Amino acid sequence: MNFGIIKSIVKREFRAYFSTPIALVFLVVFLVLSGFFTFKMGGFFERGQADLRAFFAWHPWLYLFIVPALSMRLWAEEKRTGTIELLLTLPIRLSEALLGKFLAAWAFIGFSLFMTFPIVLTVGYLGEPDYGVIWAGYLGSLLMAGSFLAVGMAISSMTKNQIISFVVSVSVCLFLILLGFEPLVSSFYQVLPDWFSRHLLNLSIPYHFESIQRGVVDAADVIYFLSLIAVSLMINGVVLENERGN
Amino acid sequence: MLEAKSLTKSFSDIRAVDKVSFSAKKGEVVGFLGPNGAGKSTTMKMITGFLAPDSGETFVGGLKVSKNSVETRKLIGYLPENAPLYSEMLVRDFLQFVAEIRGLASSSLGKEIERVVEEVSLEKVLDRRIDKLSKGFKRRVGLAQAIIHQPELLILDEPTDGLDPNQKHEVRKLINRLAQTKCIVLSTHILEEVEEVCSRAIIVSEGKIVADDSPAGLCQKAGPGGLIDISFKEEVKEEFRERIAAFSEFREIHEFQEEGGGSGFRLFLPEPSSNGDFEGLESLLALTKEFDLTVVNMRCGSSRLEDVFRELTK
Repeated sequence: MNFGIIKSIVKREFRAYFSTPIALVFLVVFLVLSGFFTFKMGGFFERGQADLRAFFAWHPWLYLFIVPALSMRLWAEEKRTGTIELLLTLPIRLSEALLGKFLAAWAFIGFSLFMTFPIVLTVGYLGEPDYGVIWAGYLGSLLMAGSFLAVGMAISSMTKNQIISFVVSVSVCLFLILLGFEPLVSSFYQVLPDWFSRHLLNLSIPYHFESIQRGVVDAADVIYFLSLIAVSLMINGVVLENERGN
Repeated sequence: MLEAKSLTKSFSDIRAVDKVSFSAKKGEVVGFLGPNGAGKSTTMKMITGFLAPDSGETFVGGLKVSKNSVETRKLIGYLPENAPLYSEMLVRDFLQFVAEIRGLASSSLGKEIERVVEEVSLEKVLDRRIDKLSKGFKRRVGLAQAIIHQPELLILDEPTDGLDPNQKHEVRKLINRLAQTKCIVLSTHILEEVEEVCSRAIIVSEGKIVADDSPAGLCQKAGPGGLIDISFKEEVKEEFRERIAAFSEFREIHEFQEEGGGSGFRLFLPEPSSNGDFEGLESLLALTKEFDLTVVNMRCGSSRLEDVFRELTK
């Protein structure tokens, strides 16, 4: 693995967001929606507590749509325009291209998340929040976004069509959310054998995000997200290699 | 420099490339010639390692592409079909990106970019976005990225496709310039291009190589002699066919149907016309008169690459 090459790809990809309207549109929508969820749906002020639970609680649902919107083009666009042929005939390994593209998109989401800092300042001004919990929330949110992103990127590698890529990614991510969705879990899981529902719940994104966002950064949760990312990237690699006949 | 051994590739049940073997040396410009869908692009994708062949192997600089794909790609400069580029980038940034990935030392990066920019005349557009460029400039950017690392092997997939005649001429001039120090394989369906730039032409049809020779050699194959094309307004009678077949002047006779419904003939002469006289022309015209046929089109010349191409890829 050549880190110089990965760096060049990350740089190119990251800059591409800002030389197209993608960055602007994504940032505006992300910030407006997270504001709406936090203040309107989450009742940030009404709760009367100096924490960011109202902010983080909606992140799975926010990412459900916004991350596939970002990931849908990652490979689909390269395939449609043919630049994939240009990229993959450069003397690079597929893993370098994969990591470069993924890290650039993840960094961009990280940047968007960073832009929500006024809300941290707001709780800091209004009360005395536990900053440890807040940083844990941000870490969990970033890991969750990375998981959605890796899943979406793998799906993007299967098609030239960005709309298909988006719709399928949203469906898969929705499934990963619903596995741990409270109303569903309580009714549906009762009819399943205990060990089975425990495993299903363990696979769900909200289950792991919940515990991190409460401020408990458990290695198991971090490993869950990182494995989800790793597995998705591997599937992505297999899809592209397979398509080229390797 | 390049050796392809029995390359075969199928897509679902269509065999796109069927046991294609050839080799090319430094200083050669090999034209891959064939109708659309003949397997030219697929072959090039296999040489560059973008696609893996179902069977067969490519060697670049003595290395197996399947085993040393990163190493061999370092030796290759590639312009894919339609010259895809990252359209949101500035020309300068794009070339810099390719140069970085190609592992050019940062100290010589600027100089190398300057060199290719001069070589393909991109000075004027260096700080423009690629999507704002004309097709001709885009193609030149594609060529620039292919030669930035001074590769020994250059693979160009339809380098002049979609360009206007002036742009085509420019690109061909550049290829001729590069040819002295490199091995170049280019694909095209433009025959004049082959005659202008290639030292060798490989004609492919339905995934198979059907001819491999110098352009002049291929013309010879079509027949060493001259030819006469003649078309009539009417359908000819069987008797006319018999009479014309009896002429000893013609080595070979092909009949074809004109679009308007008339008959046409292509008559091959055994010798090229050296003084502009075409043996048999007089008797042919006399015969035409006898049968009261109206000549709507006639051409006398020597057989051309186009004839070989049509003949072999029918």
